Amino acid sequence: MTIQEKEEELIEEFAVFEDWMDKYNYLIELGQSLPIIDDKFRNDSYLISGCQSRVWISAEMEDGKMILKADSDAVITKGIVYLLVNVLSGQKPEDILNCELAFLNQIGLQEHLSPTRANGLTSMIKQIRLYALAFQAKGN
Amino acid sequence: MGINQNQFIAQFPILKQQINKYPLVYFDNAATTQKPQMVIDRISNYYTNFNSNIHRGVHHLSQKATDAYEKARISVKDFIHATSSKEIIFTKGTTDSINLLAFSFGETFLKEGDEIIVSELEHHSNIVPWQMLCERKKAKLRVIPVNDEGDLLLNEYSKLLNERTRLVAVGHVSNALGTLNPVKKIIDLAHKNKSLVLIDGAQAIAHISVNVQDLDCDFYAFSSHKMYGPMGIGVLFGKKNLLEQLQPYQGGGEMIASVSFEKTTYNELPFKFEAGTPNVADVLGLEAAIEFIQKEGIENLAVLEEEVLNYATSEFQKIDRIQIIGKAKNKVGVLSFLIDGIHPYDVGTILDQMGIAVRTGNHCAEPIMKRMGIRGTIRASFSAYNTKEEIDRFVQAIHKTIEMFG
Repeated sequence: MTIQEKEEELIEEFAVFEDWMDKYNYLIELGQSLPIIDDKFRNDSYLISGCQSRVWISAEMEDGKMILKADSDAVITKGIVYLLVNVLSGQKPEDILNCELAFLNQIGLQEHLSPTRANGLTSMIKQIRLYALAFQAKGN
Repeated sequence: MGINQNQFIAQFPILKQQINKYPLVYFDNAATTQKPQMVIDRISNYYTNFNSNIHRGVHHLSQKATDAYEKARISVKDFIHATSSKEIIFTKGTTDSINLLAFSFGETFLKEGDEIIVSELEHHSNIVPWQMLCERKKAKLRVIPVNDEGDLLLNEYSKLLNERTRLVAVGHVSNALGTLNPVKKIIDLAHKNKSLVLIDGAQAIAHISVNVQDLDCDFYAFSSHKMYGPMGIGVLFGKKNLLEQLQPYQGGGEMIASVSFEKTTYNELPFKFEAGTPNVADVLGLEAAIEFIQKEGIENLAVLEEEVLNYATSEFQKIDRIQIIGKAKNKVGVLSFLIDGIHPYDVGTILDQMGIAVRTGNHCAEPIMKRMGIRGTIRASFSAYNTKEEIDRFVQAIHKTIEMFG
């Protein structure tokens, strides 16, 4: 699936939620059910700065595609970062660099995108794009 | 004599709104308080009717604005019971006041090997300027420790005072835990040691009647925006004889007497410390905030705040998974807590969805968080417009949050 297809899938999934509580219950469920990132990534070199909750993101290349893994000590943040990883993991670095990620607005999580927002979704996206840029530079 | 809380609340237009279809509950007053209509009107009136650059203007508007600005300085002087309006320096806020003092005091009085004392409870704004100064002057920063409840250990403080102690800089009230520090005792001990004292009053000024003569503090700093006034304006009080000795902080307009390329002489107090065009509108807003507080009576406000804090504390103690952080003997306006097994950020996010504004994180006070062995808290900080009904909603929302995270 392309990034855009995955985004559309999520938008559809979120469309069924009637109120904020359904949405956040879903994020909490996601955050609580996801596996914990490998301990080797849970250190300062994978830590995203600028977040009130701690977020770790790792990226590796497999057959020209970026494999992302993420974790957070806050459950909602983990749910949100999972959405991001779900959309972007397994994609080519250039596609990650070029995508708009409009889905975050459409599923009503834009409030988490504001730079003042302490969970730092903006910082997470920036970090993933930095990984992509580094892999792209290496590839070329 | 008490006040009618409904009438008090009605003066704050912002509080009438709904967030996410819930009536707003604003519990982030330690960060900034909301503004009553009379403060908003005063600022608007200034820009509508007599905006003008002050002091050296010869024209009517400038004189009117200058008079208003200097009258506001007298209101501030009276509000904190200073002896002279020359002791009132307008700054951008508490942080700016402390930076001003750290620079000017440091340049004038501090030598290599001297010591400055702060406490473990301090906001970063009352740590970092002193740290920077100590680095610049090769001086030493000493720290008063706290106990597990969040009270300063005065015995340890006494031991820190020595012949090299030039200044003690402590908060009146802790922003992270709400501890009301025994500042009078702290000042007495410092003075017996011939050390000067700055009190960071950012978290006290809206809640406690401050009398700088009675406290006998040498310097006192606070912000307008935490006492119903506008942002971008604050005050540094300093004893006149000390301020006169201090070197200026910033150079520019207002602060000079005469300028030539050979030598510049500085203006007298308080203008020596007010370089550049002052923030007249917000000084007038601050004056309106003072009038507002005096009209309502700060003791009356304190009674309402204490009732809400006590009620919230006792209700929270009934909830199993709540741990209150900061159980000092005397507290003002702050309930800091954790819910076992739920990250503060998650709690704050869910409360926000229910229209309840709290703050989560380390509250710009990392050292005290570290001392308590935690990374942050959820902080509800109260003002006189907060009600017991809001606390009931808060408690319900906490139960709901716990239910959601399981």
